[in-house]
Amino acid sequence: MRAFLLFLLLCVAPACRQDMHDQPKVEPFEASDFFADGRSARPQVEGTIARGELSLDEHLAAGRVDGELATTFPFEVTAEVMERGRGRYAIFCAPCHGSVGHGDGMIVQRGLRAPTSFHSERLRESPPGYFFDVITNGFGAMFDYADRITPRDRWAIVSFVRALQLSQNAELADAAPEARRVLEEEGS
Amino acid sequence: MAQIFHPSANLVAKATIFGAAFIAAGALWIGDRVHRSPYITQAQVAREQPVPFSHKHHVKGIGLDCRYCHGSVEEGAFAGIPPTKTCMTCHSQLFTDAPMLEPVRESWRTNKSVEWVRVHDLPDFAYFNHSIHVAQGVGCSTCHGAVDEMPLVWREHSLNMDWCLACHREPERFIRPRESIFDMDWETPIAWSALDGDTRSILQAAGVESDPVLQADLGPALVEAYGIVTAQLENCSMCHR
Repeated sequence: MRAFLLFLLLCVAPACRQDMHDQPKVEPFEASDFFADGRSARPQVEGTIARGELSLDEHLAAGRVDGELATTFPFEVTAEVMERGRGRYAIFCAPCHGSVGHGDGMIVQRGLRAPTSFHSERLRESPPGYFFDVITNGFGAMFDYADRITPRDRWAIVSFVRALQLSQNAELADAAPEARRVLEEEGS
Repeated sequence: MAQIFHPSANLVAKATIFGAAFIAAGALWIGDRVHRSPYITQAQVAREQPVPFSHKHHVKGIGLDCRYCHGSVEEGAFAGIPPTKTCMTCHSQLFTDAPMLEPVRESWRTNKSVEWVRVHDLPDFAYFNHSIHVAQGVGCSTCHGAVDEMPLVWREHSLNMDWCLACHREPERFIRPRESIFDMDWETPIAWSALDGDTRSILQAAGVESDPVLQADLGPALVEAYGIVTAQLENCSMCHR
C-alpha cells in the first residue's frame, strides 16, 4: 500500500516542476541578476550602430540635403505611401495634432500644450524636411519619435500632413470630378 | 478460528471496488478543473502593477491606438511593452504631480526600469511569434479580450495548449480582415458597408453576397485569401521547435 501511494505521488510530482516552462534563457525584457542594473536587455554601446540601422542617405535618414532641410521627398510618394502615412498619422500624431491637424487632439484637450496647426502660415510654407526633422528630433513640448517610427514611415507621415494641408485649403475645382459632384449636391 | 468478516462484507467489498472507479475518475476530474481554473491559469485575474495603468482610460477614454505604445506588435516576434519614454511623452506635462505616477517619473530620472508584471507568458518550450498572428488576421481582442474595458489588465484566456489549438485547427472561426485587427469593437456578423475594399473583393471572389456577412462565410474566404495552411498549423513542430 505504501509503495502504491509513493508511486501515485511520483506520478503527480513531475507536474510541479516548472524548469521546462521557465528555462534559464532570457526572454525579452526579462529581469536578470547577471547585470548590475537588473536588465537582460542591454543598452546600445556608445558610438556603435545596430545591424541594419546604418544609413548613409542623409536625405532619407536625416531629412537634409547638403545640411539644409530637404525640400523634396527621398522617394516617390505613391498612393500606397500616403495610405501608410494616413495610418501612422492616426496612431502617432492624431492624439495631439488632431485627426485633421488643427492641433486640437484629445491629449491637448486634456491639458498638453497645443501644437501649432498644420494649417498655419508658417507650417504650410515649411519644407517636407522640416516635418521630418521635428518627428526625428522633437520640438518644444513634443518628444522625438525617432525610435518609434522608422525613417520611411516618417516620410510617409510627412506626405500625409501635406495632403491634410491641401485638404484644408482646397478649392472646389481641386476635387476629383466625382467628389465634386457629391460636394455640389451637398452644397445646394 | 472464527470468521473475521461476516458474509455481508462481500457486498461491501464489491461496492468499494465498484466505487473506486468513480472516486478515481472524480479525483482526475477535480484535478483537471483545478488545472484549468484561474487559480492555475491566471485567466481573468487582474494583475497588480507598480503603477495602476488603466487601458480602459487610455484606449476607451483617450482613444489611443494600441500601437502608440505597443509599437512592435506588427513586426516583432515579441509584442513588448513600451519604455518609460513613451509614458513621459504625455506625462512630462500631464498629471505631473500625481503620486500614482511616481514610479514612472523615478524611472525617467534614474534610468531604472519600471518593473511591470508580465501578464501573457507562454512556456519557454512553445515558440511564439506575435507578428505573424497580426499579419494573418488574428485581431487584438481575439486573444487579449476587451483590453479597452480593463482598468487593470488580466489574461483573457488560459493560454493552455488546447486554447491555441482551437484556433490552429479552425482558424476560420476566429480570423478577421487585416484592416480590422486593431478594431476593439469588431464582431461578426458584420455589415457589408463596414468592410474595407480588399475584404469586399475577397468576399466577392469567394461568391459571398450576404449582408450582414457571417463569420461562417467570412472566415473560410479570408483563410483562403491569406494563404493560411491549416494542416501546417497543427504540426507539432510549428510551435515546439
